[in-house]
Amino acid sequence: MTAPLLDVRGLSLSYGPVRALRGVSIDARAGEIIGIVGESGCGKSTLASALIGLPAPGATVAGEVRIAGEDFLALPEARRREWRGARVAMVFQDPMTSFNPVLTLGDQLVDFQHRSPVPRAEKRARAAAILARVGLPDPDLALRRHIHELSGGMRQRAAIAAALLMRPMLLVADEPTTALDVTMEAQIIHLLRELRAEHQGAIVVITHHLGVIGELCDRVYVMYAGEVVEEGTVDEIYHSPRHPYTRALIDCDPAHIDGPAGRLPTIPGRLPDLTGTLRGCAFQPRCPRAGPRCLALAPPRVAFGPTQAAFCHEAGR
Amino acid sequence: MPSAVDTGTAAAPAHRTRGALARLARDGLGLTGAILVAAFILVALLAPWIAPADPLRLDVANKLQGISLAHWAGTDQLGRDTLSRLIWGARMALGISLSATGLAGAIGLVLGMIAGYGPRWLDGLMVLCFDSVSSLPVIMFALAVITVTGPGVATLILVIVTVSIPGYARLIRAQTLTMRNADFIVAERTMGASTARILLRHMLPNVVGPLVIVLSMDVPVVIMLEAGLSYLNLGVRPPQPSWGNMLYDGYTSLRQQPLLVIASGLPLVLATVGFTFLGEGLRDALDPRLRVASR
Amino acid sequence: MSDLYRIEGLRVDLPLPGDLLSALLPIRRPRLTILDQIDLAIAPGETFGLVGESGSGKTTLARTMLGLAAPAAGRLVFRGADLTGRAAWAGLRRGSAMMFQDPVGSLSPRMRVGALVTEPLIIAGRPIADRAAEAQRLLARVGLPPGLAGRYPHELSGGQARRVCVARALALDPALIIADEPTAGLDVSIQGEILNLMADLGRDQGVGFLVITHNLAVIRHSADRIGILYLGRLVETGPAAQVFARPAHPYTASLIASEPNPDPRRRRADLAIRGEIPSLLRRPAGCPFHTRCPIAVAKCRSIDPGPRAVAPGRMVRCHLAEDIPQPRNPAEEHSR
Ligand SMILES: Nc1ncnc2c1ncn2[C@@H]1O[C@H](COP(=O)(O)OP(=O)(O)O)[C@@H](O)[C@H]1O
Ligand SMILES: Nc1ncnc2c1ncn2[C@@H]1O[C@H](COP(=O)(O)OP(=O)(O)O)[C@@H](O)[C@H]1O
Ligand code: SF4
Ligand SMILES: [Mg+2]
Ligand SMILES: [Mg+2]
Repeated sequence: MTAPLLDVRGLSLSYGPVRALRGVSIDARAGEIIGIVGESGCGKSTLASALIGLPAPGATVAGEVRIAGEDFLALPEARRREWRGARVAMVFQDPMTSFNPVLTLGDQLVDFQHRSPVPRAEKRARAAAILARVGLPDPDLALRRHIHELSGGMRQRAAIAAALLMRPMLLVADEPTTALDVTMEAQIIHLLRELRAEHQGAIVVITHHLGVIGELCDRVYVMYAGEVVEEGTVDEIYHSPRHPYTRALIDCDPAHIDGPAGRLPTIPGRLPDLTGTLRGCAFQPRCPRAGPRCLALAPPRVAFGPTQAAFCHEAGR
Repeated sequence: MPSAVDTGTAAAPAHRTRGALARLARDGLGLTGAILVAAFILVALLAPWIAPADPLRLDVANKLQGISLAHWAGTDQLGRDTLSRLIWGARMALGISLSATGLAGAIGLVLGMIAGYGPRWLDGLMVLCFDSVSSLPVIMFALAVITVTGPGVATLILVIVTVSIPGYARLIRAQTLTMRNADFIVAERTMGASTARILLRHMLPNVVGPLVIVLSMDVPVVIMLEAGLSYLNLGVRPPQPSWGNMLYDGYTSLRQQPLLVIASGLPLVLATVGFTFLGEGLRDALDPRLRVASR
Repeated sequence: MSDLYRIEGLRVDLPLPGDLLSALLPIRRPRLTILDQIDLAIAPGETFGLVGESGSGKTTLARTMLGLAAPAAGRLVFRGADLTGRAAWAGLRRGSAMMFQDPVGSLSPRMRVGALVTEPLIIAGRPIADRAAEAQRLLARVGLPPGLAGRYPHELSGGQARRVCVARALALDPALIIADEPTAGLDVSIQGEILNLMADLGRDQGVGFLVITHNLAVIRHSADRIGILYLGRLVETGPAAQVFARPAHPYTASLIASEPNPDPRRRRADLAIRGEIPSLLRRPAGCPFHTRCPIAVAKCRSIDPGPRAVAPGRMVRCHLAEDIPQPRNPAEEHSR
């Protein structure tokens, strides 16, 4: 097996006293689509910010984010800036954040290529080509548009085009479909599926929507309170979840239940306070299976086959 | 490259008022302003008790004195005690500026909410009125009013209130317009709340914030205006002490005794600085977004 | 059976944004038809699900039903009374409540939760002996701790704010609650709390609901009957189970087909529906859906299909309703 394209080891990130990531390790191979799933506030966007080397100002980061073997976080900011775009790129939930509202799409897509030595006309042609690739009708016209003149679905396509412009190895998409209608969401899922086939790199999709994971991803990391609590192939995670949190999350999804099913299950309680250290298992207060060890000891990594593992005292039983 | 950070995840805001006061206290300039303003208000309130002498008592024999134990800030061309006149002048300056801005603010608040929440034709009409009034040049307008009514404190307040209403009303109107279709206002309407209830209980507390900030920043402008008009003999009439009158007196006797100009200019500067700092501090503390927008 | 709320032939035109000049002049601003030919009835205690993409007019329909937008044509009837005079609207205000899409935004920001939930009683002029006790009673009904009464809206979590909105809606014991996107922005782990609460209210207290959403899983779970809105028209209505099992309109079928499935073994290749919802300014001639319809034929482009009954209680606007390819989702097989 080849070395992973993305290799995150023991990544921790704090916003002052708030320990938003606590020793996260994930990896992704070229051609893979990785899903990161979990409730809001569990650290998904924080992980994304670390993956593109842009943690919020004032955040303290520890651990490694290796892309093609090199530790991105250890690089000076100037190098990181070069990498952003060329090696990693990001798509946000709100595509407006990716664009300057007063510039045309064409000007910005050319500008994003400022490191490339080719002539301006060529850059513009490349911009048009990539807009066509992501499915914007009439790309030459779109180049002359401002972002607010596009519809929601088209904006997100344009944001994906901007991210792919410099052929990054790693594409990070944070809730790329959350703001969209079902029909637009389905179209973006299709687009990402097609891009995976062409694109040589890896894609990390962050979402809280299990449907997006099911339709799109190869492997999944389930996050809770700043930690990865379970990892596995999408089939393993959906059909034989081992961590009680994963199981509860899937059970809650009305899409998981066929037809009207009376009462919907919920996960009572809420995320723990992320300040300070957590004793035992972070999920323990909400966990239906918690035992005495869960209160005192950090849960061990329990492997189930070559691809699946859960961090839970009770997972193996 | 797309490179903005996700700002949608910021922690919930702290309790608004307590947080704002704490921020104001931490902001050095804002705190300085607050202390200065508090000092001026105290002086103005306590004038009858703390003024060492009668501000109107003439003593021509001791005119244009320098600093002495009997007259801490000297005397003017008629031998009146400058410090006492300054203290009473503070009462005049603050009385006029606070009542004028307060009155203008209150009227502007009511008119602005009516324009912003009422029917479109009424809004159009009112905006037209605001624009006509604010297109009048202040001094010309003041001169016109004074030729009709004669100078005096009441005239001064009338002029100041009239010219400042449109600005406040337009501010409140803009706030009201953006809020009139806010969900919480629409929710009140679906519950059948009366217009009066919507405006007083729900609109008012949410639109006054910026007005308070603007008012506090306008107080020094009005103090200056009062001083300016009084200097031109169009405001407070002598022998009533006013910083503007005193500046004029000091200017006419500048050759003989520069102390009078300095002494009467200093409180003007301090009051202006104090209210301005307080206003800016309030603005930053209450609404950090405005700071970014105004720079 | 008498309907709780009935809408007949409703059309709503909203003015296009104008400028100051047009406000002063007595000319009418040009208007755009947002909703057209809407017929709909909600029975007491029933949950009616209204589905549609954003911009299809769902919120406008809710606002019109509550008197916040004026109909250009059609009848609105609440509990047998035509909503024409002041008295009828007052009856509607007392007998109905709205839950807004943005719960925090619909709560007056400078008021505390206790005052907010009891406000409908004050507005309706109901005598209440102890306002604080009444607030506690309402909060308890939606499962919120009493300590919340002293909080401001911005100090609530998403789920708590939703519950406060439900508590406020319940203050006057309404017969109808209109809920605009009641689970928007909630995690799956707690959206069940809100849906269960609404289901309990429907079952135990006979509250009728109009649930507006674009989340099909939520609608499938909670609605008795559903209506599908496309470009301001209801293109299909019927019992939820039947419509999901056998959609009669190609748009309904496309919507169901484009819902992502969490089960990777049911991953489909043909997820997406083509194109985007057209602008209301350029409503397509003929069937409004023909620009995206996978089975459209020549007459779809010229003749507007009228409403047709395809089964008892089921209406559809499509020339080819009998030829709709059915969802190949095995989950639906057994619920037929
Ligand atoms: N810039 C920031 N400053 C302080 N705390 C933050 C910041 N961004 C996120 N957080 C906190 O970190 C935790 C994780 O947030 P986030 O990564 O946004 O989660 P998710 O994307 O999974 O919803 C939350 O408790 C959130 O309040
Ligand atoms: N006050 C208004 N004036 C003019 N057009 C409006 C107004 N409110 C909504 N619209 C338009 O009506 C259409 C339907 O909007 P809406 O009812 O909010 O749809 P939905 O809730 O289904 O997303 C949209 O095209 C929107 O732009
Ligand atoms: S009428 Fe024709 S175009 Fe319209 S939905 Fe039916 S098949 Fe499609
Ligand atoms: Mg996030
Ligand atoms: Mg809506």
